[in-house]
Amino acid sequence: MTTDTAAPATPEEAPPRRLSEWPDERGRYGPYGGVYVPETLIPALHQLEEAFAATSGDENFWQRLRALLNDFGGRPTPLYHAERLERGIRRAAPKEHGAEIWLKREDLLHTGAHKLNNTLGQALLTKKMGKRRVIAETGAGQHGVATATAAAHFGLECTVYMGAEDARRQRLNVIRMELMGAEVVQVEAGSRTLKDATNEAMRDWMGSYETTHYILGSVVGPHPFPMIVREFQRIIGIETKAQCLRKLERLPECVVACVGGGSNAIGIFHPFIEDIDTKLIGVEAGGRSPSPGDHAAPLSLGSPGVLHGSMSYVMQDEHGQTLDAHSCSAGLDYPGVGPEHSFWKDSGRVVYEVADDTEALRAFQALAREEGIIPALETSHAIAAAMRIAPTMPKEAAIVVCCSGRGDKDVDEAARLLAERRN
Amino acid sequence: MSRIDRIFADARAEGRKLLMPFVVGGRPSIDAFGDVLRGAERAGASIIEVGIPFSDPIADGPVIAQAMDRAIRDGVTPAKVFDAVHAARDSLSAGLVAMVSYSVVRRWGGDAEFAARAAQAGFDGLIVPDLPVEESAELQAAASDAGLSLAMLVGPTTEPERAARIVEASTGFVYVLARAGVTGEGGQMPEMAARIADLRELTSLPIAVGFGVSSAAHVRGVVQTADAAIVGSALVRRAEAGESVEQVVGELAGGLA
Ligand SMILES: Cc1ncc(COP(=O)(O)O)c(C=O)c1O
Repeated sequence: MTTDTAAPATPEEAPPRRLSEWPDERGRYGPYGGVYVPETLIPALHQLEEAFAATSGDENFWQRLRALLNDFGGRPTPLYHAERLERGIRRAAPKEHGAEIWLKREDLLHTGAHKLNNTLGQALLTKKMGKRRVIAETGAGQHGVATATAAAHFGLECTVYMGAEDARRQRLNVIRMELMGAEVVQVEAGSRTLKDATNEAMRDWMGSYETTHYILGSVVGPHPFPMIVREFQRIIGIETKAQCLRKLERLPECVVACVGGGSNAIGIFHPFIEDIDTKLIGVEAGGRSPSPGDHAAPLSLGSPGVLHGSMSYVMQDEHGQTLDAHSCSAGLDYPGVGPEHSFWKDSGRVVYEVADDTEALRAFQALAREEGIIPALETSHAIAAAMRIAPTMPKEAAIVVCCSGRGDKDVDEAARLLAERRN
Repeated sequence: MSRIDRIFADARAEGRKLLMPFVVGGRPSIDAFGDVLRGAERAGASIIEVGIPFSDPIADGPVIAQAMDRAIRDGVTPAKVFDAVHAARDSLSAGLVAMVSYSVVRRWGGDAEFAARAAQAGFDGLIVPDLPVEESAELQAAASDAGLSLAMLVGPTTEPERAARIVEASTGFVYVLARAGVTGEGGQMPEMAARIADLRELTSLPIAVGFGVSSAAHVRGVVQTADAAIVGSALVRRAEAGESVEQVVGELAGGLA
């Protein structure tokens, strides 16, 4: 078992491209990304790439999506100053320290997480491609719910693959998906979590792509998925920037987001990527411990490899077998991560840290008690990191945390975990 | 000339068609695996595809994925499969092709290192189903340096220009997928003659057809036009249920007669 951080896969000379200008024509972010899929998926990926490229001059498409995000989704989401949480942090911080904490409220988006930004975009693309069915993988169930929601809105058939273990811990979301007419297929293979659900969704798509679009839920998978999901999630960062200029009259000193596959983080980071005075911090799930199999932190503790169609940091053993991931949060419980994050990590532009189960649960309780906001357990990892970073920064500084989702789905699991810890 | 080239050349000269069974490396156990290979050869396999167990084989259907999962749980690693193949190599004259996910190739130090180790173990060729032609140049060069063939896959919906690039990049043989989707047993075999005729226009390499080939009757249908039939899931399912690989391969080889 190893957790080495070997050199990147193919150390090609990077062309003089700005960080905001990736991927290249081969779908690569430096040495990461690309397309590692069976030949039967290539026509589907080419078709998707063409359909997405065609939206770039299509005002109509983006206007329709924008209207849908506003009127159906509830955008723009607020940027909220979490003053009571901030005051608590300042009391324990060194003098004149304790940065302001602002929350980008993606938890207020319809269905309760940022995932809807992507699923509405991809569902609109599905209609454009003339397909009638969508499939998705889901971990926490938030992406599955957001896909079922978009499918119901557009009248598309919908099948969602979900690991049996996740279906247990996120039962509420299974019920929501079924209410909206989606078929939920519980996956019993492997670790019975997100990785295995993703395998099944890819297998379905190989046989079905002529009528079916695969709505991938994060910035992972083969090109063009990481790029498409990023483009649909960038709205988070675009709004955040404008809101900061209005409310703070400057850009924030720091932006923090949790990283599972990395879509909420990419969404909020990407518009800031050339603003080098804004520190960007991604937070992976530290799980139970840094031992292999105990966490979900491929960027911090894994090494470059291939999983689900692209090259990126991944948790793997010395034989190239993917290791099981563990996190208290089903949405972060994934052994891989988006290729652009791998590239950003190596470039040093984004710093990736870890928050473990215990810290996340503490942050979950703190935000609920101090602010009346129950965050998703995924989001709680970002809150935990912000609570750790804020006391090290002067109080004039501002941290924006991507509040990627709300925690209703997690209350049973959190109560169980907290009770376990009390005993 | 690699062993794969020679096997196909001899068969062509004699007007014979080939059976290429697929077995999961290390099943039913690492110690019994050499006997599985010898049994397959005795029963009529000219080339044997050895699936290197991988935790996330997205190209494989449930039967093969489960068998791989069992192998991994039993402690089978790619290195142990290589050792077992090495130990069996001298007792075999069949060609041996490793079917391996690119994840494993990468992890073993990359293309050159992996190809060299595969050749040392006694493999004659590689199939890397998740490595598309765009990414294959480096591994193709490494395989060729190591004396291995690298067969690439052509799907049922692969565009003609792309198929031309794929056969151009292939060595040993071309692996033609009978149908879209993952490995598995197909029921009806689709009509292959026209597709194979189109590919023959593009290449003089031998053509092997797999995915969904499940019975002696399927084998018979496929080799009407193709040079070889590949049988995976149907064989693995029966082997996992306890039937002997030798016996099942013998039955499938009935389709060559
Ligand atoms: C609320 C929430 N945040 C974050 C994530 C992690 O995904 P990503 O890293 O793609 O944002 C999930 C995934 O289910 C989620 O539901």
